[in-house]
This record gives sequence, C-alpha cells and structure tokens, in this order.
Amino acid sequence: MKIHRLARKELMIAFAFLIPSLVGFAVFYLIPFVQSVLLSFQDKGGGGSLTLDNYKDVLTSLSFQKAAANTFWFTVVSVPLLVVLSLVLALLLNQRVFFRDWLRTAYVMPLVVPVASIVLVWQILFDWNGAFNGVLMHFGQDRVDWMKSDWAGLVIILIYIWKNVGYNVVLFLAGLQNIPDQYYEIASLEGAGRMRTLFGITLTYLTPTTFLVILMSVLNSFKVFRETYLVAGAYPHDQIYLMQHYMNNMFLSLDIQKLSAAAVLMALSILVLVAVLFRTERVFRSFME
Amino acid sequence: MMKKLISITMLRSVLLLMLAVVMLMPVILMVDNSFMTEKEIQANYSMLGKTSTNEIVNMKLIPDWVSFDQYYKVLISTSAFLFMFWNSVLLVLPIIAGQVLVATLAAFAFGKLQFPGRESLFFLYLITMLMPFQVTLVSNYIMADQLGLLNTHSSIILPGVFGAFGVFLLRQFMMHIHSAYLEAAKMDGAGYLRIFFTIALPMVKPGVAALVVLLFADYWNMVEQPLIFLQDANLQPLSIFLSRIQEELLGVSFAASVVYMMPMVLLFLFAERYFIEGIQLSGVKG
Repeated sequence: MKIHRLARKELMIAFAFLIPSLVGFAVFYLIPFVQSVLLSFQDKGGGGSLTLDNYKDVLTSLSFQKAAANTFWFTVVSVPLLVVLSLVLALLLNQRVFFRDWLRTAYVMPLVVPVASIVLVWQILFDWNGAFNGVLMHFGQDRVDWMKSDWAGLVIILIYIWKNVGYNVVLFLAGLQNIPDQYYEIASLEGAGRMRTLFGITLTYLTPTTFLVILMSVLNSFKVFRETYLVAGAYPHDQIYLMQHYMNNMFLSLDIQKLSAAAVLMALSILVLVAVLFRTERVFRSFME
Repeated sequence: MMKKLISITMLRSVLLLMLAVVMLMPVILMVDNSFMTEKEIQANYSMLGKTSTNEIVNMKLIPDWVSFDQYYKVLISTSAFLFMFWNSVLLVLPIIAGQVLVATLAAFAFGKLQFPGRESLFFLYLITMLMPFQVTLVSNYIMADQLGLLNTHSSIILPGVFGAFGVFLLRQFMMHIHSAYLEAAKMDGAGYLRIFFTIALPMVKPGVAALVVLLFADYWNMVEQPLIFLQDANLQPLSIFLSRIQEELLGVSFAASVVYMMPMVLLFLFAERYFIEGIQLSGVKG
C-alpha cells in the first residue's frame, strides 16, 4: 500500500515536471500534425468527404518527383561520405598530433558561422567569375558554371560536409576515448595487425556512436536547404531542387491541403528511415554481444 | 625509431593543420574583406554574378588600406542594420531562455523519474526532433494561423520554446547523474524541486551550455520561419536582411557579416569547453 502511494506520488511529481513541455509540445507539434493529416485527406472545395486527390496531385507532380529524387540521392551520397570523412579525421586526431584542441576548435567553427555570411564567401568561390574558375583558367581549362550545371550537387555536398564535419568529429572522438585501452593491449599481445585491430576493436566498439552520428547527419542533411536557398534562390538548378524547395514554394502558394499531403509523405519516409536505422543498430548490437 | 615517430606525428599534424586552414578560410576571408574600402571591394568583387564580363574576382588576404568605413556605415550611419539586429535578439533570446527552462524540467522527468508510458512518450519527442524542418513547419503554421499569431514574433518564438531537441539532449545528461545522489538527498528529506535545483541542474551545466550554443547557432541563422511567418519587413531578423543586401550593398556586407557573426563566435569561444563536453556526453549511451 505504502509502495503504491509512493509510486503515485512520483507519478504526480513527474507529471508536474513534464506539464509545461507537454502542453507546448502538444499544442505546437502533435495536435497540428494530426490536423495536417486530416487536412491532407480533405477536399479542396471544403466538402466533408475524404479524398486521396491531394496525394494523387502531389505524387504525380513533376516538381515533387524531381524534389523527392534529388533529396533521396543527396542523402544517400552525402551522409555516408560525411560519416566516413569525419571518422577518418577523428581517427587521425585521436593519434599523437600537435595542437589537437586548436584543430578541433577549427573544425567545429563552421557550425557557428552564420549561414547568410557564408553565402557571400561561397559566391566569391563558385561564381562564374569566382575564384575557382580563376584557378581553372590559370591552368588553361574551361570555366565551369558551378551553380547552374550538374556540378551544383557537388557544391551543395561540399557545403554540407564543411559545415557538419566538426560536430561528427567531436562525437567520434568521444566514442574513441571510451574504448578501454586494455582491448588494444590484448589485441597487440595476440599479434593482431593494424587492420584487424581497426575493424575488430575500434569500429566494432564505435557502433553506438556511429549510429548516433548517422542519425544526426541525416537530421542535419535537411538543413542544407538554407544554404542552397541563399546561394541559388527559390528555383535553383534542376539538380539541387530539394524537397525543402518544393515545400517552401508550396507554402508561398498557400495550398494547405497539398502541403499537408507532402508533409505527411515526408514524415512517413523519415519514419521508415529511422525504423531501418534502429533495426540495424539492434542487429549490430546483438551481433556484438 | 623515435625520430621516425616524431616525423610521422609532424606529417599528420601539418596535414590536419592545412585542413583546418581550409575550414577557416571563409571566416578569414570575411574578416579581412571587412576592413577594405568600398572602392577596393568594388574593384575586387563587382564582377560577381555578371556573365557579361570575363574578369575574375581578386582574392586578397591583406587590404590595400585598412579602413573602418564599412563598420562605420553598418553600425552608425545605417539604422536598418541595428534595427534588424535587435529583431534577431528579440526572437532568439526568448527561444533559448524558454527552451532551456522547459526542456530541463521535462528532461529531469524523462531521465530520473519513473512513470508509465515514459519510453513511448520520449520516443514521440525523438521522432518529432528527427522530422525535417519543413514537416514541423506545416504544423507550426497551422497552429499559428488558428491562434492568430501569424505575422508576430510569437509565431516563431512559441514553437521554438517547445522544440524537442532540448529535451533529447538534456535527458542524456540527466541519465548520467548517479541515482545515489538523488537517493541520498531524498533520505535527507529534500523535495523533488529542491533536488532538481541543487543537484540535477548544477550537474547538467555542460548540457545546458551545449544546448544554448546549438540553439543559438540554429535560430540566429533562421531563414525559413521568418520568410514564411513574418510578412511585415519591420519584424524580420538580420539573417533575412543579410541575405538581401549582398547585391546592392556589397561594400558593407562583409562588415555586416562580421558584426552578425560576433555574438555567435564569442558565445562559442566562451562556452567551448562545456560545448565540446556537451556534444561528447550526448553521444554516450546512458
């Protein structure tokens, strides 16, 4: 009886701590999301009947298809690239190195440099008359219209990596420092080679960190829209027209039903992605144990 | 053997140092350009965005003439800049203060208290946090519309205060507090509110610091929300202003960028130790 009462008391206390967050979270995220799901099935004319027209409109729209495909490819290419690069950097930084703390600060710095300021520099580098074309011309090559050709995708990937590599390096470094030294000692006693140690110990015990890094990298890959938008505007080159451009442009036309349908589709694909990631992590973890 | 070891370390350090310079290049470029005169800027960069000329930009690391003209124009003779700077402050400070407050309370409950449905409720926060911005923006818009908040700062501040990221980050830190501390405090008869303020809050300080820096970086830079929620140009923050002045006012845009960047960089350097510690701890599974 006493235990029961104690548990109830703790429940009340937990509730008291949670309530400010819960109310706001419900009002600004949960409830409107449910509303947008309902809206996505609503007829534009305002009739009460449910319809799949909004979804049909969105899915068959060419700009949606283009945006979805571009975003998919951007994520598939840039996230693994970023994760591998930050892992390599973290492995290098984890060895004997001069000025380690300074280097780490330099790598994290881009995270705090305002986007709008950076765009200016980006133009200086990648403009038709920009610095990179200057270098190309110096070596007798033809100029490239970076933001208005198929190179645009590469430029955006570069911005994404430049911005996020530091955050991931810090995460990886923490993960690396959490691997007990004894593991490495045992491995060297048993005569394991460098590659074997890297894969058998370092990467294996880094799995939980890697999982988190991937999750954060996916999350941050959706923020690259800001840079893209500021560099290339609302209607950039075909190759970098992302889901976020599509959504933003729909916002401006204020077609809330279609917008909701697109949001629901986007949310669904994120859910699938997260589910796959969590499942993979579980498989890995049981494999490790 | 020893010599070889040192030279490998040297090589590695030089390589990493070169990369660091590349990473910092945009910042360096911006700062030294901010000390150029209007004339020099025009001479170096006026061909940007023009396909008609074949001239190439002139990247110089040292200005011909160190001048504070740009800073004078930005800070003293143009009132629009400071006005929008103030708008940014009005938007960002309430979001940070609010989210830190609301999220530490919730994170304490998620990390240290028992209640049914805890895990599933937290999962809901996690999923929301992982949603791309454009999805939650639709929700935020629908609610702001219903509450009549559109075209006010509150339409951006309120969803910001209740963002899920703070709850996620700080929960990781709360979970690291050893339960023995809480048990001991309970034995001494301390109530939960007292435990929260005297034990939990001081122990998650690095987490709060990391959250403040990350939120600042996010919201000081916001572009999408003001574009969509604020029609009134008088309400717009500096991030929007800055993205627009580039063409017309190339001459002052570098100084404007530096001034705009300053609060962010200072905060980062000031809180760096906590910030790095904060990111690191967020990755350790509790």
